[in-house]
Amino acid sequence: MLKDFTSAIRPALVLTALFAGLLGLAYPAALTGLAQVLFPAQANGSLIRHGDRVIGSRLIGQAFASPAYFHGRPSAAGAGYDAASSSGSNLGPTSRALAERIAGDVAAARSESALPVPADLVTASASGLDPHVTPQAALHQVARVAAVRGLPEARLRDLIAQRTETPLLGFLGERRVNVLALNLALDGLGGNPAR
Amino acid sequence: MTFQGWTLIAVFIALVIALAKPMGLWLFALYEGRATPLHRLLGPVERGFYRLAGIDPAAEQGWRRYALHMLLFQLVLLLFTYAVLRLQAVLPMNPRALAAIGPDGAMNTAISFVTNTNWQWYSGEVAMSNLSQMLGLTIHNFLSAATGIAVAFALFRGFARQEAATVGNFWADCTRVTLYLLLPACILYALFLIASGAPQTLASSIDATTLEGVRQTIVLGPVASQEAIKMLGTNGGGFFNANSAHPFENPSALTNLVQMLSIFAIGAGLTWCFGKAVGNTRQGWAILAAMLLIFVAGVGVVYWQEAAGNPIHHALGIAGGNMEGKEVRFGIAASALFSAVTTAASCGAVNAMHDSFTALGGMIPLFNIQLGEIVVGGVGAGIYGFLLFALLAVFVAGLMVGRTPEYVGKKIEAREVKLAVLSIAVLPLCILALSSLSAVLPAGLAGPLNKGPHGFSEILYAFSSGAGNNGSAFAGLSAGTPFYNGLLSVAMWIGRFFMIVPVLAIAGSLAAKKQVTESAGSFPTTGPLWVGLLIGIVLIVGGLTFLPGLALGPIADHLAMASGPLF
Repeated sequence: MLKDFTSAIRPALVLTALFAGLLGLAYPAALTGLAQVLFPAQANGSLIRHGDRVIGSRLIGQAFASPAYFHGRPSAAGAGYDAASSSGSNLGPTSRALAERIAGDVAAARSESALPVPADLVTASASGLDPHVTPQAALHQVARVAAVRGLPEARLRDLIAQRTETPLLGFLGERRVNVLALNLALDGLGGNPAR
Repeated sequence: MTFQGWTLIAVFIALVIALAKPMGLWLFALYEGRATPLHRLLGPVERGFYRLAGIDPAAEQGWRRYALHMLLFQLVLLLFTYAVLRLQAVLPMNPRALAAIGPDGAMNTAISFVTNTNWQWYSGEVAMSNLSQMLGLTIHNFLSAATGIAVAFALFRGFARQEAATVGNFWADCTRVTLYLLLPACILYALFLIASGAPQTLASSIDATTLEGVRQTIVLGPVASQEAIKMLGTNGGGFFNANSAHPFENPSALTNLVQMLSIFAIGAGLTWCFGKAVGNTRQGWAILAAMLLIFVAGVGVVYWQEAAGNPIHHALGIAGGNMEGKEVRFGIAASALFSAVTTAASCGAVNAMHDSFTALGGMIPLFNIQLGEIVVGGVGAGIYGFLLFALLAVFVAGLMVGRTPEYVGKKIEAREVKLAVLSIAVLPLCILALSSLSAVLPAGLAGPLNKGPHGFSEILYAFSSGAGNNGSAFAGLSAGTPFYNGLLSVAMWIGRFFMIVPVLAIAGSLAAKKQVTESAGSFPTTGPLWVGLLIGIVLIVGGLTFLPGLALGPIADHLAMASGPLF
C-alpha cells in the first residue's frame, strides 16, 4: 500500500506541471495566435467601430433609453447591459418581484402600441446581454420611433423586415433582429437625429 | 410547441446516434492502447511525458493501485489550482487588478473543477483573471474528463478480462485520452467557435461608447479555448457568469447545436466502446437506447411546459411560452433541449436560466441530475454510473427467476451488488441530508433569492448539482458564502470519489472472474425487455428517493403557479 502511494508521487507532480504547461498555457496561447491571424475580427469581440470610436460589439446588446431608438429586452446584467457582469434575473415562476416587473413593463409597452405585447419585450434574457429581439418586439416600437424621428412608419417596418434574420436551414434559431444593427441603420435613414 | 422545435430535437437525437460509432471506434483504439493516426504527430509528446514523469505505460495496475494513483493525481491538481486562485492578485495577466480568491471560495472552486462539477459560486468575468481561467481552470476541464474516461476504461476491462489481477494503467489511460482525443478535438472545435464569434485574445476587456454615448466595458479573454473543452469534457464551467447563454460563449443557433452535440458525443461513444470491449456492440446499443428513451421523455416535458408558459404571466397580458431567462436567438425549443442535455450529461453549462423556468420545466433538469446523470452522462461518469444500474437490473432479474445473475459474461455476485448499491446510495444520502440541513439552518436559509417553494428548489438543486457533479444551478441562490462553499465542497467530493472508488473495486472484482458462457437460462441483455427493465430500475431506484423532496419544491411551485399565489 505504501509503495503504491510513493510510486505515484513523481508521476502526479511531474504530469501536473507538464499538463499545466501544455493545457493551461500552450493550448490557449497557440489558439490565440491562430485566432488573431485567421479570424481577427471575431477573436477580438466582433467590435463595431466608427472611426477610432468603438461603438460596441455586434454580439453584445447595449442599453437604449432614448425614445428615438429601438429598445432591447429588460436586462439583469449589472445596472442593465453591463458587459462586465452578465446575468439573468433568476426570478422564479411564482416570484412576486418578477410579476410586478412584468406588469410594469407590459403597461409601458401598451402605452406605446395597441399591438399584443410580445413576451420577449417584457422578459429579461438569460445573459442580460441578448443582442436580439423578435421582429414583433421591434414592430411594437415602430409608432414611437417613427413619431420621434419624424419618419413614416412604413419605412421603419421595411427596415425591420430587411434586418430580420431567419432560422438557419429552417430549424436552427428563431426569427430575430439585432437591435444595435437596427439602430445603426436607423441613424442612416435621416429624420430627426437621436440627440 | 412548434414543428420547427421538434425538428431540432429529432435532428439532434439522430446526430447523437450517428456520432456514437465513429466516436466509439476512436475511443476503442485508445482503450486498447492502439496507435491512432495522431500518434505520428503526438507520439513523441506522449513518450516525453512518460519519460519525465517516470511512467511505464505498459505496467499494469490492480484496481487498488489504479485508484490510489488516480486519487493522488487529483489531490496534486487540486492544490495546484488552489494556489493559482489564492495567488491571483500577484500573478501576471491580471490587468483589471482582480483580487485573490478567498480560502473557502478557492477550495470550493478547486474541488469543483477537479471533480468535473464546475459549480461556480463566482461570476467568471468579475472574479477570475485570464491566467486563472487558463492555468487554474482549463487544465481541469481536460484532466477531470480524462480521469472519468480512464475509470470507465478500467471498468470495461473488468468486464472484458478473465481471471486477471489488473485493470490497466491510470497514467497511460489519462494521458492518451487527453493527447489523442480531447486536445486535438478541442483545437478544431475552438477554431469553429472563434469563426462563429467567440473571442480568443489575451486582452482582458475593451471600453466601448454606445450609440447613446454611455461607456460599456466589454470583458473579453481566451474564451473559445475554454469553451471547447468545457462542453466536450462535460465540465460546464463558463468563462462568463451567464455561461452558454452569453453571446461570446455561444454566439448562434448553430454553435448551440454543436455545443449540445459535444456534450453528448463522448458519452454516446463510450456506450459503443463498451459494447465493443465486451465483444458485442449490441450491448452498447441497448444501453444507448435506454438512455435516449429516458432523455426524450424529459425533453418532451421541459419543452411542453416552457412552450405552455406561465399562467401568472399570461394573466398580466403576455401570451405564449416562458421567455424569462431565455435568449431570443435560441428561443424556447433550443433552450428546453439544452437544459435536458446539460443535466442528463453531467455538464452543467446552461444556455438559459433554469431558475426562471416554469415549475415543472425546471423540475426535469433537477430530476435528471438526481437520477445520477446517467442518461448519456458525463464523460466516463455516465457509462460507469449506468453500468451500476445495469448490475442492479440483472440482480433484480436474477431474484425474479431464482438464478445467479450474469451480465456480459460475468457472474454478478454479492460483492458487486453491494458495491453498486453503495455508490448509488451515496448520492441521495448526500443530497437529501445536506439540503435538509440548509433548509433549517439560518446560514442556509440566507441563500435563496426566491421565496416560497421555489426557494427550497434552489437549495435542493444546489446540492443535487454538487453531489451529482453537474454544476448548473438555480442561480438565484447566493452560494458564495463559507457555509455553502463548505457544504458543496463536501457534496462534490463525495459525489465524485465515493462513486469512482467503488466502481474501480467492481472493476477489480469482475476482472478476477472467469467468463461464463451464455446459456438458454441467461437473461438476454440486448433486447427491448432489457431496455425496459433498465429504465424501470433507473426510475425506481434513482428517482423514487427524491419524490418527497420534489413535492416540497417544484411540485408545490407548480400548484402555486396554477392557482396564483405569489411569493
